[in-house]
Amino acid sequence: MIDIQEAVMGVVPVQKGLAVEVRELRKEFRRKVSRKSGEKRTRVALDGVSFTMDKGETVAILGQNGSGKSTLVRLLSTLLLPDGGSARIFGYDVVSDERAVRRLVNRVSVEASFFKKMSSSENLGYASRFYGMTSKQTKHKIPEILERVGFPSDRRGEPMEALSRGMQQKVALARALLTSPVLLLLDEPTTGLDPRSKLEVQEFIREIRDTHDSTILLCTHDLDEAEALANRVGILDRGRLLALEPADDLKRRYDSSTLEEAFFAATGREFEAEGDDDDDREVFA
Amino acid sequence: MRAMWGVMRAELVGAGGVVERNAYLTKRYIWWDVAWFIWTVANTLTIVFIAKGVESSGVEFDVNEYMTYLLIGAVVWAYLGILFGFLMETVAWERWEGTIEYTFMAPLSRAMHLAGQGAFAILYGIVRAVFLFGVCTLFFSLSMPDANFFAAMVVLAIASISFIGIGIMTSVLPLISPEKGTQLGFIAQGTLLVVSGVYYPVSVLPDWMQFLAKFSPATYALEGIRQAILEGQGVTDMADQIVPLIVIGVVSIPLGLWVFRRGELYAKRHGKLKRSG
Repeated sequence: MIDIQEAVMGVVPVQKGLAVEVRELRKEFRRKVSRKSGEKRTRVALDGVSFTMDKGETVAILGQNGSGKSTLVRLLSTLLLPDGGSARIFGYDVVSDERAVRRLVNRVSVEASFFKKMSSSENLGYASRFYGMTSKQTKHKIPEILERVGFPSDRRGEPMEALSRGMQQKVALARALLTSPVLLLLDEPTTGLDPRSKLEVQEFIREIRDTHDSTILLCTHDLDEAEALANRVGILDRGRLLALEPADDLKRRYDSSTLEEAFFAATGREFEAEGDDDDDREVFA
Repeated sequence: MRAMWGVMRAELVGAGGVVERNAYLTKRYIWWDVAWFIWTVANTLTIVFIAKGVESSGVEFDVNEYMTYLLIGAVVWAYLGILFGFLMETVAWERWEGTIEYTFMAPLSRAMHLAGQGAFAILYGIVRAVFLFGVCTLFFSLSMPDANFFAAMVVLAIASISFIGIGIMTSVLPLISPEKGTQLGFIAQGTLLVVSGVYYPVSVLPDWMQFLAKFSPATYALEGIRQAILEGQGVTDMADQIVPLIVIGVVSIPLGLWVFRRGELYAKRHGKLKRSG
């Protein structure tokens, strides 16, 4: 999927070897808890996380709200600077080679995040220009990609605010795929969607995984989603990556019949249902 | 060489994307813009009427010239408001809509991102300033027999480079402080104009404000535009205004980009790029 990228952005050679290489990655956030005393609270969002991903592999990271999943995705997307350790995407360091990394990565997050008054076509149009794609190049590509994600053609001109969350999330997937990323970061892409939209989005992720050469990091709450889509499943708890193995190996290791039981055995805590922890997310996630 | 051209082309396309996005947004919010323009016209009229008020008190002076003098100040104030507003929205609006992380993780350089934002702001601001000036001139039937509008536009265009540089510096404020950054930007804009002689000569200001006026591009812009419109001076006659504007522009753009880069790194270190609101 890198052909367009190479043509328009100049060559960003995808180096051989590991797609993702994370070593002892650490990130902490400080928040002022008292204006009077200036007292600050520190929370470790990622605590020495290390893992690797092969090209074309899909890895799911399971974790509760505030476990550090979004922080990991933001660090790999060059949106945060690490406090320690390193992360490399196809050999490029996320700090020192951030421009090269940005050409290779795109992301879908839990919030679809668009200019709400603008239509899906307009949002995709301007966003693709940031990746060097001209209007001539996207004239046919945007309708094609919207059709592929199952977005109705007669709603392309409607403002985003008129669309359901499920529809918006499909446009978010289209936006990410439009730029032909070799690493796709999916941060709870199905959280908050109705069951039908959830299945449609999952089906599309499966299609990307099976038909394209993309490497996918999927951070999710959804145990079934992780098991169904990923080659390996990781458990991230309070900033620490406790395990990263194929789902069956994970269950065997913790002598469990389900991923939920394995999660409980690994963390000592029940796996929460999807919840809204925006307060926590706002500061630390 | 081919690779370098590819990167340059991609950067220009990216900057064009910023212009394209702002054009879409302007189209979508066009009635809001119309309302805002009417408010600006009303505000400008109240300022220009001050000259009429002074005339009615019996003071003898060239009321047409004084009204034009005030009108130029009000139009430059409105223009600067548009420029700073757009640049401030580089961060503030994107954070509100939640798109900021997607923009900041795109491979477009920050310089070209901000150049696109600045280019649209200048285009939109100039069109709006011309309309505002025209509407108010017609309303008061102002006469400008010696006006050199070409020279005035040249001064405004050169000054815009400095304004963009300073605007980039203020646009970083919402990045550092999501809650108070935008308001601090308004303070910067107001301060710039107060010391620059927006409705009065700089010579009436206290000494310390006159000192600050020397570093403000608005001082030279207002003086240059007034000389062009009221006295009919040409571009070659206004070296005293144009040279300082070029010097401030040459300094302020790289300085603005440097300040923005520092702010971006701070935001990335402290997790402040995230959506809020």
